[in-house]
Amino acid sequence: MPGPADEVRHAAGTGAERRIRRPGRRYGVPGAEDQPPEASEAPQGRTPAREAIKNAGWRRLHPLSPLVRSGRAVLAVLALAGLSTSGLLGSGTGTRWWDLALVAVVAGGAVINWLVTRWKVDGVTLRIETGLLRRDSRQLPIARIQAVDLVRPFLARMLGLAELRVRLAGSGDADGRLAYLTEPAAETLRARLLAAHHGLDPATPEPAERVITSVPTGRLAGAALLPAALLAAVAVAAGAVTASLVPGGLLAVGAPLAWWLIICGMLAWRRVSTQYGFTVAVSPDGVRIRRGLLGTVAETIPVPRIQAVRMIEPLLWRPLHWCHLEVDVAGHPGRDQPEGSGAVRKALLPVGSQDEARRLLAIALPAAPGWPAVTKPPRRARWKVPLSYHFLAAGHDGTLAVAVVGRLRRETTWVPLAKAQSVRLVQGPLQRWLGLATVQLDAAGKRVRAEFRERRQEEARSLVDELAALSRSARRQASLAAGGPPAPPPPNGADPAAPGGHRGQAGQAASVVSPVNAPQSEA
Amino acid sequence: MRPSPRLWRMRCAEVIAAGGALTVVAGTAAGLTLGGAAAVIAAAVAIAGSLAAIWFARNRVRSWVYQERDEDLIVERGVLIQRLSVVPYGRMQFVDVTAGPIDRVFRVATVKLHTAAAASDARIPGLERDEAARLRDRLAALGEAKAAGL
Repeated sequence: MPGPADEVRHAAGTGAERRIRRPGRRYGVPGAEDQPPEASEAPQGRTPAREAIKNAGWRRLHPLSPLVRSGRAVLAVLALAGLSTSGLLGSGTGTRWWDLALVAVVAGGAVINWLVTRWKVDGVTLRIETGLLRRDSRQLPIARIQAVDLVRPFLARMLGLAELRVRLAGSGDADGRLAYLTEPAAETLRARLLAAHHGLDPATPEPAERVITSVPTGRLAGAALLPAALLAAVAVAAGAVTASLVPGGLLAVGAPLAWWLIICGMLAWRRVSTQYGFTVAVSPDGVRIRRGLLGTVAETIPVPRIQAVRMIEPLLWRPLHWCHLEVDVAGHPGRDQPEGSGAVRKALLPVGSQDEARRLLAIALPAAPGWPAVTKPPRRARWKVPLSYHFLAAGHDGTLAVAVVGRLRRETTWVPLAKAQSVRLVQGPLQRWLGLATVQLDAAGKRVRAEFRERRQEEARSLVDELAALSRSARRQASLAAGGPPAPPPPNGADPAAPGGHRGQAGQAASVVSPVNAPQSEA
Repeated sequence: MRPSPRLWRMRCAEVIAAGGALTVVAGTAAGLTLGGAAAVIAAAVAIAGSLAAIWFARNRVRSWVYQERDEDLIVERGVLIQRLSVVPYGRMQFVDVTAGPIDRVFRVATVKLHTAAAASDARIPGLERDEAARLRDRLAALGEAKAAGL
């Protein structure tokens, strides 16, 4: 809506990263007045030689990055060019020039992008500057990192390069990307960022890890092929029926059927190739996941950053007692990357047994002393949800809420109460008539929640208050355990300072509130 | 606490304006194509619809309740589908105060509390400007004082 809306919008929150856009400013001459407040707080600030030091600290990406970045596009254009020249010998030269120009533009763009991009680690922030005409300067506070990924597409892997992706709560997909660095450099930087994230000396070497589980390729292929094979079988059966009913229908059915089979095969192949060699390991800096056949992905998720864990048991896997486990981290769900690492929903176990899943659950939710018992909604809820009543169940204890939903596939969600963002109660007309209500415990993200569906009305009312109170105390305990200041600062002002708040607990809502309130909060 | 009575007036004005326009259009269209009797019937149906809409709007406006507790904000709304949200101040990411053109005519504003969860909708429409400003400042101050990490 237009109007004064923007003027009164008050930013407080996660403030994941800061961006300063400077139109038309050229690379390498960042004026001191353009630097955001952090820069002046940085240790090396306020010296005459500040400019020189700063420029010295900046690093560039690897010189081969433009090649990898534009590689796919260039290869595609070249392949097209090859096809057209071989196919149309007569007008070959004309098209070739045109294609070469296109290649040159793509490659030139990538080279310029490389030339104007630079990065550095500046104490507690990772800074990335990019853009030729519109300078884009990003500051990613290391304390607020949600996950660090090391992505190696096939081409980059052949050249020994890797892309580093830093995910923050408010950031989209492309925000904290460094594409590409050499593999050792990327690994060192990851170790450095994670060490700084945990408040250690950045020079701390990467801690040793303990491999928890890895998924055998056979099981992975089986899990991917099972649904694909079913889809293919259904399609073939439908095709056969149509072909037998309609005279001469074989030709009409054949082509779409072939396409359908190819698509099924490609989907299965994509799943296998992205999840190939799936390995989960734990180390003090978080859960580490490695996967990928041609291009590889190595993800690191600090355990306290896990917002929710979900276990999915699809219908087809049920006879084999397989399940799929995924975790949610805060962030904007970006566009799904080919390697599937852009998502905020990360697979913790693509396919595995219940035992493995339980073991991983215990790692992902270390605060939980046990698993809360679940109870089923009353029988009359069957009228409201006839198709999913058989799975519905929910329960909670002092630290964890768990809810089971689903029609054909069972979906169990665990949300630590300390991560709850809000508690909601929803009651539709049919529910009111039946005396039922649904309680939802939201965690950060889109549709990340534990749903206590179809509970008794009175139970739901008290559940809302109970969950709100429990999550309040869980939150307080979590912030105490994290070493930050307790959620409500002591009224007598003992020592609410705790500067820096090394896990971002203190700095979370630091930005402007209003000119009137700002001095109060500092006092 | 409840939204200002001006919200009710605003909704009334909206419904009357829309219903009036609909009545005129429906009446004219029916009159031109089917004759005078049809015009009267169409206009009567449109008026009845508007009255029903006013009744629904009244119930909806009445259903809005909010309460500032020590640790969290409670917002209750809805007639057919009733919703209740409990949002702890510590989870607040930012507060939004919006006032569209019609809102400004009636001197009201909508306060919305955003958290990191997309679903937690703590929105309070139809607050008088002073109350909106007070609530916004209070929420912002409380959000800062009780802030908790993600």
